[in-house]
Amino acid sequence: MARVLINLPRTARRGEVIEIRTLIQHVMETGYRPRADGSVASRDIITRFACLYDNEEVFAAELAPAIAANPFLSFSLVAAESGILAFTWTGDNGFEQTETRSLTVT
Amino acid sequence: MSSPSLSRSGIERRALGAGLLAVVLARPARAERPGLREAVLGFTGGAEPAEGGVTLDIPPLVENGNTVPVTIAVESPMTEEEHVRRIALFNERNPQPHVVTARLGPRAGRARLSTRMRLATSQRLVAVAEMSDGSFRAASADVIVTLAACVEG
Repeated sequence: MARVLINLPRTARRGEVIEIRTLIQHVMETGYRPRADGSVASRDIITRFACLYDNEEVFAAELAPAIAANPFLSFSLVAAESGILAFTWTGDNGFEQTETRSLTVT
Repeated sequence: MSSPSLSRSGIERRALGAGLLAVVLARPARAERPGLREAVLGFTGGAEPAEGGVTLDIPPLVENGNTVPVTIAVESPMTEEEHVRRIALFNERNPQPHVVTARLGPRAGRARLSTRMRLATSQRLVAVAEMSDGSFRAASADVIVTLAACVEG
């Protein structure tokens, strides 16, 4: 399991726009980098990130090898209802990781 | 004895002049690479994006191309009737033109996205936003990179 950092407020007022920042530990090997023996390291990146808010996709991003190692993404959401936020990263070599956080809307 | 050195300096001067001229001529001709344009048109489906309404925030001088913070913000009320559907970022001189393509909607509240990217060399970046009415807006930025990413590792 890769280490994940997710930064979001625990509580928010209804209708408030909250900012979410996510970071996941991953090499994001581009597939262009030569190794010491001259062979090219094969691509190993996270290709997709999605954020589900009560099982509805509210933000998604397709990532290319041009994204830096340990991909950082920051985006915003409207706090509508108290619920669960699910963050999913999928990538090469069957990489998939999901983290959940709860958000209380007052 | 003086004539060879004179002629050599003359040649050097002429070569320098030609070099300068080449630089001056090459500058304005530095058009966007076809890969970048194709990627942008591939995203828009052939439509020419209009300038304005998009802010592409990236440092103009980058010391380390391995991790460069970049923020894209699009002016939009983000309501059900009028919002941003997709935001994409393209580069000119990395091995691939794509950087990130984000899908968002009225539940995002704000059309704003930050990430960190790699830059293989000094180049131009283009951010394109697809609005809910099907129109496209774009912004570009030029970046100078002193330490390159991607290839050297």
